[in-house]
Amino acid sequence: MALEKIVQVSGRGVPVPGDDIDTDRIIPARFMKCVTFDGLGDYVFYDVRKNEDGTERRHPLNDERYAGATILISGNNFGCGSSREHAPQAISKAGFKAVVAQGFAEIFFGNSTQLGMPCVSVGSDELDTLREAVEADPQLEITIDLEKKEVHFGDRSVPCEIREGARQVLVNGKWDPIQDLLDAAPRVDAVAASLPYMSGR
Amino acid sequence: MGKSLFEKVWEAHAVRELPNGQTQLLIGTHLIHEVTSPQAFGMLRERGLPVRFPDRTFATVDHIVPTNELQEPYSDPLAQAMIEELRKNCAENEVRFFDTTTGMQGIVHIVGPEQGITQPGTTIACGDSHTSTHGAFGAIAFGIGTSQVRDVLATQTMALNKLKVRRINVDGQLSPGVYAKDVILHIIRTLGVNGGTGFAYEYAGEVFDNFTMEERMTVCNMSIEGGARVGYVNPDETTFEYLKGRPYAPKGADWDAAVERWKSFASDPDCEYDDVVNIRAGDIAPTVTWGINPGQAIFIDQPIPEVAQGHTASERASIAEALEHMKFEGGTPIKGTKVDVAFLGSCTNGRLSDLKEVARYLEGRKVASGIKAICVPGSQAVARIAEELGLDKVFREAGFEWRGAGCSMCLAMNPDKLVGDQLCASSSNRNFKGRQGSVTGRTILMSPLMVAAAAVTGEVSDAREVFGILEPVGA
Repeated sequence: MALEKIVQVSGRGVPVPGDDIDTDRIIPARFMKCVTFDGLGDYVFYDVRKNEDGTERRHPLNDERYAGATILISGNNFGCGSSREHAPQAISKAGFKAVVAQGFAEIFFGNSTQLGMPCVSVGSDELDTLREAVEADPQLEITIDLEKKEVHFGDRSVPCEIREGARQVLVNGKWDPIQDLLDAAPRVDAVAASLPYMSGR
Repeated sequence: MGKSLFEKVWEAHAVRELPNGQTQLLIGTHLIHEVTSPQAFGMLRERGLPVRFPDRTFATVDHIVPTNELQEPYSDPLAQAMIEELRKNCAENEVRFFDTTTGMQGIVHIVGPEQGITQPGTTIACGDSHTSTHGAFGAIAFGIGTSQVRDVLATQTMALNKLKVRRINVDGQLSPGVYAKDVILHIIRTLGVNGGTGFAYEYAGEVFDNFTMEERMTVCNMSIEGGARVGYVNPDETTFEYLKGRPYAPKGADWDAAVERWKSFASDPDCEYDDVVNIRAGDIAPTVTWGINPGQAIFIDQPIPEVAQGHTASERASIAEALEHMKFEGGTPIKGTKVDVAFLGSCTNGRLSDLKEVARYLEGRKVASGIKAICVPGSQAVARIAEELGLDKVFREAGFEWRGAGCSMCLAMNPDKLVGDQLCASSSNRNFKGRQGSVTGRTILMSPLMVAAAAVTGEVSDAREVFGILEPVGA
């Protein structure tokens, strides 16, 4: 099954400002009482988007101006906390194709990459510039270019960083590693045989 | 030049380098639970793939189990559906399941070590970020997402980037009343909640040499709260002593060979680290969080920070957001803050030694009126031994509820939840907004004995004062 080569991601953005936005914030634990990921998109950032009676709170994700945005823009250490893949799944199922932030937590970054949702880091000042530009013009088209490692918006362009291994799997359409991992089965057996604890000793 | 434990374990488990530069790493031990595995089993079914090494896969149920309702069906049908799904997946794939009827069920990071499944020089993965706990044994243990759970189920391997290694030395002696929990909260506060991104933390120094396995587990457990996906302590006699005789530990001649092999994985004295941090044990006091991430912590005698103390605009915004959520005023003492709930438990501090230490001081004391105090043993085995020792009576007589084993109010996926803006003195690992089950609920992380002190006084307190723990003479 060939995967899409993710070289460029384009779309409108929505800023969800703040540092250290954790995965409990992205998807509260009570929505993980499920045996599939279906429908998680409805619950993304639920507790900051909704009041306890279900009415909407003031939040960029409830703001009509940003409706249809596909690029999430946040602060530093985005996705910290739990390893729950439910977090990037919820973001992805809510229609997002990429996240731009100052930095990402390790596990969230890996989970997102494996879903084909690029997470790119930009510097603090450049992030402010991007966020302000999007706030000023929510219709602004943003393009994340993983070949050039740049984020384009309007007539601006800022450099972005992404771990090289992740960048390669995305641009080469190899972001789901399962087939490569399966292909090495004989070598896996050999390494397992070399480890006494793998054979019950 | 010598090698670190991380490098040795990595090399022993490396299957091959993938075209993108990542390593395909063999995962020797795969621990699974009900929340992050069902979708992975579903993905396997879609592809028609079997579990590749069922003998190296171990399951338990922890996040959703009620701790005050031990009979099925549970009153929450979603929880019932999840335990049944895990039961079905384990039966179909011949995976060992420490079910609630086995006497071995509990929080996955407590069950692995106590069964002797967690061993030095091994690689471990689990769909839970606190998998770093197992590093206490000199294992390299990764918290993973569900797609990686699928990868490990199907291939017993994962695609990973090699981490850098930061050695954190904590030398000197901890003062009385200062615990492993204070050490890790202090490390996170010092290095930041994202300071460990891209690193494995190697914890070392006199303090770790002297720590018990359970203390080492408490520290390794919270590595991820400092951004480090992996944290470990080199294996030594304390490690081997803990493992000897446990159900899944090697026996007889295999034991001696295993110990020799385990020793060889310890970091070489001449190995070079990517970074080294030195911390003085004597500088650490009982530590509590005041905000909404585990790095927002202070010593019990320090004032809550003010917004103006932030160095950057984003730091000031973070402090302001935390103060608003916690309903605290910057510059005021945290000591004396009224609490509503005291939670003792979790994969960080739900082990026998945690319960014993608290019971030692709690005997003859009473929980303050109006405080809901619950003690949740981390596993059925912890509960059983605690009951044999009579600890349950101490907790009950003091006014704590004595519960069944599970994750409970650490993340509130079961009925144990804060209500409204209740403030909880908690021995758990995360103080994120809404973490304990109420959107406006508030969490203060602290050591188990500090939780007990808060329970008996009804306010955030210094356990050393409450329980008369004295500084050593001359300190």
